[in-house]
Amino acid sequence: MALYAEHPASAHDAHAAGPTQHAFNPYSDNGGTILAIAGKDFSVIAGDTRQSEGYSIQTRYARKVWQLTDNAVLATNGFAADGKNFVKRVKQRLEWYQHAHHKQMPLRAIARMIQTMLYGRRFFPYYVYNILGGIEEDGSGAVYSFDPVGSYEREACRAAGAAQSLVQPFLDNQVSVGILLHFSSHRHPSICSFVPSASLRKHTIVTNDRQFPPRHDNSTRYLGVFAMEALSLALTPQIYFKNQVPEPGAAPFIPGNLPLSTVLGLVVDSFTSATERHIEVGDGLEVFVVMNKGRTTDDLLGEGQLAEGMEIEELGALGDGGERTFLVKRALKRD
Amino acid sequence: MNSVLAQLQPPKHHFGDDEDRRELERDAAEWGSMGGFGNLGRSGAPSAFLNLHTDSMSANPQAKIKLAHGTTTLAFRFKGGIIVAVDSRATAGSYIASGTVKKVIEINPYLLGTMAGGAADCQYWETYLGMQCRLHELRNKERISVAAASKILSNIVYQYKGMGLSMGTMICGWDKTGPALFYVDSDGQRLKGDLFSVGSGSTFAYGVLDQGYSYDLSDEDAQELGRRSIIAAGHRDAYSGNTCNLFHVRQDGWEFIGNYDVNELWYEYEAKKKAAREEAMAVEA
Repeated sequence: MALYAEHPASAHDAHAAGPTQHAFNPYSDNGGTILAIAGKDFSVIAGDTRQSEGYSIQTRYARKVWQLTDNAVLATNGFAADGKNFVKRVKQRLEWYQHAHHKQMPLRAIARMIQTMLYGRRFFPYYVYNILGGIEEDGSGAVYSFDPVGSYEREACRAAGAAQSLVQPFLDNQVSVGILLHFSSHRHPSICSFVPSASLRKHTIVTNDRQFPPRHDNSTRYLGVFAMEALSLALTPQIYFKNQVPEPGAAPFIPGNLPLSTVLGLVVDSFTSATERHIEVGDGLEVFVVMNKGRTTDDLLGEGQLAEGMEIEELGALGDGGERTFLVKRALKRD
Repeated sequence: MNSVLAQLQPPKHHFGDDEDRRELERDAAEWGSMGGFGNLGRSGAPSAFLNLHTDSMSANPQAKIKLAHGTTTLAFRFKGGIIVAVDSRATAGSYIASGTVKKVIEINPYLLGTMAGGAADCQYWETYLGMQCRLHELRNKERISVAAASKILSNIVYQYKGMGLSMGTMICGWDKTGPALFYVDSDGQRLKGDLFSVGSGSTFAYGVLDQGYSYDLSDEDAQELGRRSIIAAGHRDAYSGNTCNLFHVRQDGWEFIGNYDVNELWYEYEAKKKAAREEAMAVEA
C-alpha cells in the first residue's frame, strides 16, 4: 500500500522542510485479531474478518483463518498481503508433500516447515504473525505460535494481532498456562511437563455479551463442566487459572482441559469484548473447530449447543485421516 | 573440512540466464528432507532494511515487526559437569509475548545450546547445528566435540556478520575432553570458559553466581546456585522472569532437572531468610 502512498496535502511545502527522503516502505498493518485454544482432543482457531488500514475499513469480510489439511488450520495476522501470499505458499508446499508421500503432512511437521519458510525470509521478513492449530498424530489438540521470522513454540492458547494485549490476559486468567514441552527429549518421552500454578476459583463468571446469552448460563458452565471433566483428565496437558485462588476450605482445582462448549464461550467473549474496546476488531467472527477422529460432535452439533445467531458448516475432508473440521460463523458489531 | 565449509557457504546468487536454474535448485532443496534449511536469501543492505522495519537490535523500538527479546541465561562448568539455567520470558517492546519459552535448545542428547537475542535466529541455527552434528557422527563414526560444534555455529554466524543476526549462545556438552562450555555470539566471537551469563539480566545473575561459584561444588549446590542466580535476575530485570529451566550435563548426556516459578521461589527464599534472621535473634536473646 505504502508503495503508492499519496503525497500529503502539504506536499508543496516539502522543499521548505528540507530535502525529500525516500524509503522503501513495503509493509502495512491491517489490524484484526486471531486466537487459538487447544483442547484435549480438539483445537479451536478463530479470527475476526475486518481488514483496516489506519482509521479506514478496507473490507468487512477478509478471511485470515485457513484450513490447510484435515488436521491443521492456520491463522495469519499483520500485513494482509504478506499473509495471503504466505498461506498460498504453505498450501503449495503441503500439496507437494502429499504428492511425494501420499499422505497429509503431520501438524508438528507443518509447524517446523512454517519455521523454515519464515526464516527463509529472515532478511526481508513476512510481516505476519502466525498461529497454527489442529490435531497432532497422537490425537491431542495443539496450538503453535510463531513470530514473523519463525521462532515458534507449542502452547495451550495464544492471541495475536491488534487486540492481543486485551485478549491474552483474559485467556491467561480463564484458560491458559504455559505448557513446557520437552518433546525432543530422549529422557522424557512423556510429552509434557508443566508449569505449576493456582487453579480455578469457585466463583461466578458473567458473560459480557448480551447478544449471546440464553443458552450459556456460564456461571455454572465454566466451573461445573470443568470440574467434572477435569477429574477424569488429571495430568494430561493441563490448563491452569492464573492469579485465581480457591476459596478457603474449597477443594483445590484439578488441572485439565476445558470442554469445547466452554472454549467456544471464551472465544466469543474474547472477540465481542475486543470489538467493544478496539477499533480494528469487529464485523465478523470465524471460528474453526478441528476434532480428532472418532470424537463425539454432540457438544457442537447437538440440539441447542450453539447460541442464537451462530451458523455452522462442516468443511469437507481433504484426506482420509478421519479428523473433522467445522466452521462456526457469527456477526460482530460493525461500528 | 572442505565439504563442511562448502555447506556452510550461503547460496550463491545467479542472475539473468541462470534464473531458471536457480528456481530448479530451490525447488529441489524444498522437495527434499533439507526442508528449506540453508536456503537463506540475501539482499543488498539487509541490516539497514531490518533496522528500519524490525526491532532486531533494539535500535528502533517503534518498528512494526517486533521480534522476541530479553533474557537471562547462564552456564558454568564444575567438577560434576555443567549446569545450564535460563529464564522463560520473551518480550516484544514492553509486552510479555510469552512466559513459557524454551531457551535451552536440545541439540542432541549430549549437547545443549542456550537462547539469547533473536529467538528465531537461535532456534533456527541451533536446529541446523543439530543436523550438522548428526552428519559429523555419520561421516566420522564418533560424536562431535563441543569445540567443533561451537565452531560450526560461529562460522555460520560469521558468514552473516553485519546482516542483523542477533544471538548470544552458550554451547554446552560433554565430549572426550570432559565437560566443555563455549560462548558464541553473532559478532563471531567464540570463547571457551568455565562460567558465562548472557542477556539483559546477566549482570544480576553474575552477582549471585560469582559469590557462590567454586569448581568443587556438589551437584546439589551447583544446581541450587544456577537456580538462585536466575531467580535473582528474574526478580530484578524486567525483561527476564516467569520461570526457570534447569539442566545438568553429565558424562552420559544432559538431564532436565526442573521448571521453577520465579515469583514463587523468590518469596520462598525471602521466607527462609526471614526465618533464619528470627532464629538468630532468638539465639542472641
